[in-house]
Amino acid sequence: MTLALPDDRGYYGRFGGKFVPETLMPALEELIEAYEQVSKDSAFQEEYRYYLANYVGRPSPLYFARGLTESLGGASIYLKREDLNHTGAHKINNTIGQVLLARRMGKKRIIAETGAGQHGVATATVAAMFGLECAVYMGEEDIKRQSLNVFRMKLLGAEVVPVASGSKTLKDAMNEAMRDWVTNIATSYYLIGSVAGPHPYPMIVRDFQRVIGDEARRQILEQAGRLPDCVVACVGGGSNAMGMFYPFIGDREVRLVGVEAAGHGLETGLHAATLSKGKPGVLHGSLSYLLQDGDGQVVPVHSISAGLDYPGVGPEHSYLKESGRAEYVSATDREALDAFKLLCRTEGIIPALESAHALAAAVRLARELPGENVIIVNLSGRGDKDVHTVAAEMGVSLND
Amino acid sequence: MTRTANSRIKARLEEVLASGQKGLIAYITAGDPDLKTTVELAVAMAEAGTDVLELGVPFSDPVADGPTIQAASQRALAGGTTVQGIIEAVQAIRSRSDVPLVLMTYYNPVLQYGPAKFAAGLARAGGDGLIVPDLPPEESDELLKALDKNGLDLIPLVTPNTPPGRLQMIAARARGFIYCVSVTGVTGERENILTDLSAMTGAVRQYSELPVAVGFGISGPEQAVKVARHCDAVVVGSALVNIVSRRAGSAGLVNEVCEKVKELKQALAGPEVN
Repeated sequence: MTLALPDDRGYYGRFGGKFVPETLMPALEELIEAYEQVSKDSAFQEEYRYYLANYVGRPSPLYFARGLTESLGGASIYLKREDLNHTGAHKINNTIGQVLLARRMGKKRIIAETGAGQHGVATATVAAMFGLECAVYMGEEDIKRQSLNVFRMKLLGAEVVPVASGSKTLKDAMNEAMRDWVTNIATSYYLIGSVAGPHPYPMIVRDFQRVIGDEARRQILEQAGRLPDCVVACVGGGSNAMGMFYPFIGDREVRLVGVEAAGHGLETGLHAATLSKGKPGVLHGSLSYLLQDGDGQVVPVHSISAGLDYPGVGPEHSYLKESGRAEYVSATDREALDAFKLLCRTEGIIPALESAHALAAAVRLARELPGENVIIVNLSGRGDKDVHTVAAEMGVSLND
Repeated sequence: MTRTANSRIKARLEEVLASGQKGLIAYITAGDPDLKTTVELAVAMAEAGTDVLELGVPFSDPVADGPTIQAASQRALAGGTTVQGIIEAVQAIRSRSDVPLVLMTYYNPVLQYGPAKFAAGLARAGGDGLIVPDLPPEESDELLKALDKNGLDLIPLVTPNTPPGRLQMIAARARGFIYCVSVTGVTGERENILTDLSAMTGAVRQYSELPVAVGFGISGPEQAVKVARHCDAVVVGSALVNIVSRRAGSAGLVNEVCEKVKELKQALAGPEVN
């Protein structure tokens, strides 16, 4: 069904499109053309695979989480270990692909936005490797809660530009990155980190992330001899989920479960559960579900996880929701913290708080489903960056 | 294109040109500092020589705007400005002035209000058109249809990097006037405009007979005159919004904005604009 999307206007059903200032339209056309060329270019694809294997460390393992599974007493949980990638998250799959594309297009400067800092670090990393100038926009609020990643980006030679407008988080960083791109359109490549933004970005990012699902599908067939009953992934903008879901879309018997951030709870208004609580609207270049007020103003969102703290979502997720092919649930800050601690204790793995949301939903599912069921959870990132946040939640000071 | 013949915006700009002057399109953000002030400002600005008034609808995420209009939008939203309130303000302005009136809005507020309802409401209130900076022609079918049906203009933006093929497509759908963005960048005052405006507006005129305006970065009378030599009208925004920001709440607000408008209009009425 979905495999042929987006259509030639960049739409997934009624979602997607190119809602951007006129200055960016020629740049998007140029990008569409360049991407179409490299998609068919075997030398490009080989180069991309070379870096995934030798620089990122792919394939990432699919690991049967025996300790976690036994502690829950239900379905078997397998973890797709994107946390083991170079730079510690799935984000690098996409930045490798896009930086190679930017080089092909002759761009010398890379712009990116970042929330938790994982995409910023992954962008700064590939920019350093290829000797490109790099500016990463980051909300002041996120700079405060992700100081480790800010320092990593600076070590890698990137300029981290603090964004003080609006809510001072990911959405405002993206606004500012778009303003930079409008201004420096001739020299700069905007490397978007999620399956959001105007066409062709949602498609490009999905294509560079589908390696997650392609590998996981092959690995589960090898290890369990069957397809999973469910695949579970967290959804902020939705790139790790899209990468995991996409190769399973044709497998109708596989449930696709996206997990959004319920923050303090869906009823409190302090959450980032766009698909659960939003309605269609236009932000950052595409028509998709959006958390907004009745006047179309984007509302403040909250999640303990900076990477999920985003009021929009990729348009293909909106399509998967409306078509019924994927289901979207949520996990609160509290549930994510509990799942975070559970994985630490049962598996010796410290997950990113983003990924902990997927784990929290998987824990619920595993308890409901019989033992012969198989669940794959996309462990999209590692949690080193989050230990300060978790310590603060636990009332522990790390500065003594 | 039939309805453009009735465009109040186009008619006004052509009238100004016929008298040997160039047009002044003046922008302020609606609801900054409040809608009551916006109505007073608008009426006074029209009397001071504004040929077309452009009212900005504040949006939480204005990606085409620089710091000045971003801040104005946040002030307006913090004051509780709504789309409905702005349409009512348009009606209040129209009851006191016949100045052609354009709303500049990002697409999402229009989409949530409903494009058909928005167009009908704006037309009833006496508005004349819309500028939607994040709605390229590829996405504007629904809105264009709704505006055409209500006799309102959808004014397109073209930029220094718009290739000829797109220019032609944009011109074919244009109503009212064509808005040339002077720079690749966001709104805001600038010292210098490096774009070859004569080449840009010349290219636009190959595809359209509508008046051609230039905006983004124009702040003072001297700059306005330089720019006006290459076009039919200039748009001034951030320079006026900066006055509103500085003088908000003071009795001199309306006067100071109008002094600036008069200064600009006087320059655009002089012989050196042609």
